[in-house]
Amino acid sequence: MSATLRHIRYVLSENLVTLGAFALFTAFVLLAVLGPIVAPYDPLATDTARAMQPPSAAHWFGTDALGRDILSRIIIATRLDFGIAVAAVALSFVFGIALGLAAGFFGGWWDRIILRLADTIMAFPLFVLAMGIVAALGNSVANIVYATAIINLPFYIRVARAEANVRRNAGFVEAARLAGNGDWRILSHHIFPNILPPAMVQVSLNMGWAILNAAGLSFIGLGVRPPTPEWGIMVAEGATYIISGEWWVAFFPGMVLMLAVFCFNLLGDGLRDIIDPRRRT
Amino acid sequence: MSAEIPLLKVENFGLEFRTRSGVVHALEGLNLAIRKGETVGLVGESGSGKSVLSFAMLGISDAAARVTGGSAWFGGLDLLKAGESDLAEIRGREISMIFQNPRTALNPIRRVGAQIEDVLKRHAAVRSADLRARAVEALRSVNIPDPERRYAAYPFELSGGMCQRVMIALALACGPALLIADEPTTGLDVTTQAGIMDLIAERARASGMATLFITHDLALAAEHCDRIIVMHAGHIVEAAPRRELFAAPRHPYTAQLIRATPAAGSLLEGLSAIPGNLPDLRRRDLPSCRFRERCERASSACDAPLPRIDAEALSGVACWHPLAVVAEAA
Amino acid sequence: MIRVIALRLIGAIPNLIGVVVVTFLLTRELPGDPAAFFAGAAATPEAVEQIREKLGLNKTLIEQFGLYLFDLARGDFGQSLSTGQPVLTELVQRLPASLELTFFALLLATIIALPLGIMAATRPGSWIDHLCRLITTAGVSLPTFFTGLLLAYVFYFLLGIAPSPLGRLDPVFSPPRPVTGMYLIDSLLAGEGALFRACLAQLILPAITMGVFVLAPLARMTRASMLGVLSSDFIRTARASGLASSTVLYTYAFRNALLPVVTTLGMVFSFLLGSNVLVEKVFAWPGIGSYAIESLTASDYAPIQGFVLTMGVLYVLLNLSIDLIYGLIDPRVGLEA
Repeated sequence: MSATLRHIRYVLSENLVTLGAFALFTAFVLLAVLGPIVAPYDPLATDTARAMQPPSAAHWFGTDALGRDILSRIIIATRLDFGIAVAAVALSFVFGIALGLAAGFFGGWWDRIILRLADTIMAFPLFVLAMGIVAALGNSVANIVYATAIINLPFYIRVARAEANVRRNAGFVEAARLAGNGDWRILSHHIFPNILPPAMVQVSLNMGWAILNAAGLSFIGLGVRPPTPEWGIMVAEGATYIISGEWWVAFFPGMVLMLAVFCFNLLGDGLRDIIDPRRRT
Repeated sequence: MSAEIPLLKVENFGLEFRTRSGVVHALEGLNLAIRKGETVGLVGESGSGKSVLSFAMLGISDAAARVTGGSAWFGGLDLLKAGESDLAEIRGREISMIFQNPRTALNPIRRVGAQIEDVLKRHAAVRSADLRARAVEALRSVNIPDPERRYAAYPFELSGGMCQRVMIALALACGPALLIADEPTTGLDVTTQAGIMDLIAERARASGMATLFITHDLALAAEHCDRIIVMHAGHIVEAAPRRELFAAPRHPYTAQLIRATPAAGSLLEGLSAIPGNLPDLRRRDLPSCRFRERCERASSACDAPLPRIDAEALSGVACWHPLAVVAEAA
Repeated sequence: MIRVIALRLIGAIPNLIGVVVVTFLLTRELPGDPAAFFAGAAATPEAVEQIREKLGLNKTLIEQFGLYLFDLARGDFGQSLSTGQPVLTELVQRLPASLELTFFALLLATIIALPLGIMAATRPGSWIDHLCRLITTAGVSLPTFFTGLLLAYVFYFLLGIAPSPLGRLDPVFSPPRPVTGMYLIDSLLAGEGALFRACLAQLILPAITMGVFVLAPLARMTRASMLGVLSSDFIRTARASGLASSTVLYTYAFRNALLPVVTTLGMVFSFLLGSNVLVEKVFAWPGIGSYAIESLTASDYAPIQGFVLTMGVLYVLLNLSIDLIYGLIDPRVGLEA
């Protein structure tokens, strides 16, 4: 009896964490969509008379050096930060899966060239490569998206390649081929659907890492430019004040950034447990 | 012979696993004894609890296992209640064990000689200068050619049969009184099998060591054991000296098992599969006789608590409707 | 053994070539005029023309690559516009600071992660297992630049136990005589205890910041592989042989569990070297990361290129040594190579 109860509690508690992460994720999405409506102040309106105020009833998260409301800036930034991450992950998903499928399904030279591409990307510390790419392509938000997409590419290539490799000669693919299906149809109708579950896990694990990466790039002054509100830049702007005690300028955007990444990681873990319980660690 | 105190005497032993999907009643009411120097075969389908029993004797059960009762006397020690340090003294010195899949049963990244030395260091009072010589000697004693060189080999450099010889050398290094051999020949080819079994028998004879030979292969047990204990779904259903068992099996399960075992010269048509499967041991309504649902002789009398075989009896059957004893077991 | 090392070295060559090619392409395929880019915003047309000549921008891409390789071979990474120094000289000067920080962070993370993972694996379901789970999920969610700031705020501003989070050494001290360039080692070599403590005090916060970030993957992998190994057949054999539980745990289980952990080190170094840049900025650590950031703000391109190349080569070399270490622990590797 007690064993049964423990098992139920176990299943529930595991899912509660995932459920909580999902609720948090929904909240973030709402903020991203409704940002300008929810934000109490104009995120760009400066007011030197109210500069550097600690958190108060009027400014829950305080104000920064130019008197801008930090809460409003954080809320408005949600759309940009999520936008970058979603766009980057979508790009690496589409291109990574396509390349991985080609490598795994056609083999031979395709496989060798695509694998070498993935290996070359992985031969760099990924954040450093992203820095190099943004520096070379030019300092813009779009280039942050491309850079983040490129460094995530190998993960999708590997997932898709491994699955395609295994399935290429699987019975149901052989059957589809004998039934007169062409390569393209086999790939899109028979192999791609099987890649989706592991790829989705990769997506949710990647989202957090993509946000972290984009924020890191703007923290060192790449991509997003002031006065645009973005979490990484806001932390950078607050960095100078933290050692003189004005902690709130960097603290709140940093916390929200952390929360967003944490939320995605929990979602990813939960999703993986549901889809592939064996790989749980 | 029955007056002699047995080497190992297990009485009324029960064990269960607590898992997420419920309590598995793995073993129940086991009685058995092993005498000095004898070779006992423990036979049953996979899942019947043979390995669980042997792991419990050494106190190396899975963390989810709970002993629900009984005793297992070995010398003056109840193995089921002994502390970890007492058990650790006995393991590898008094009772040793060899496993199936010898390739994975050895540490893959440690030289086989070093693995034998680890056991010697732990149990035998060997000066460290003599360790290597003793380990090489142990390898030589299991007929490993060129033991000096094999001493420095890693398991992946040896064949499966050679690995099993190393396992035997490791198990016998400290001269145990009892060897538990858990499917020692599974996964080896037939000629290697015979070599391994002969080696175990030879070493047992030479040192007066008792052997508990666990197998699902009744024919193999018939070839090498003095006495056979048949297990089914966590119960001991029959125990008998080898000849007696084959000449006149008394439990319906034993009889079916014998019919399902190919012997030299038997025709394929003569073989019959045992109907049904082992019952789900997580069930709350397990019948008192766990063979009942597969048994053609079952009746309402079988609802009564199962008769148990006395631990020290040479033969016995746990059944309310045993097959008739043939007048003279030829 | 030598054969294995040679094979690994050869195996690393394609990656090295890849790193050089990518670094080359990143600079030549700029959307604007690379020459103008390298020359900087304030350059005269003559200076731009000179750079164009040197880069060989009017030649084919292959010829340009040849020139690039030739320059690299001579150790010519270009010149920094802001300092006027050759890039290679400055990188070499600053590299020890980055390496010291990176390795010290790795050391800290390992010291905590391995015992944590082992304890979590040997007591599944206990509080330490839950703690391990929490740390591994939370740890990878931490933006390093933010944790660094938080630590500086708490330990410097609030508690006052850490020195001012600026640079490698309090200006009161003068740096130790350079031998390795790593202050901790050099001060020990010089036998200066007080100096060593001062260096350590400066190093500890940035190192913790980076360490916390890589603690997660290390602890997670240790726990997972330890769990796997503990349920394997040869551990059962070791226990059935009555070996002491410490022997079973360390000589048998841990050494085997270490293999996947060593493999994760590749990913860990990728994290470490990447977060190095951010942490160096937060703590004004004078390594190659902050060098790259300074150049970035000054639109000084040659140092950035040199930085990306150095990091790439460094990472390839680190992965190579990980491979070699793996080979030392696992005797089976030689056979497969």
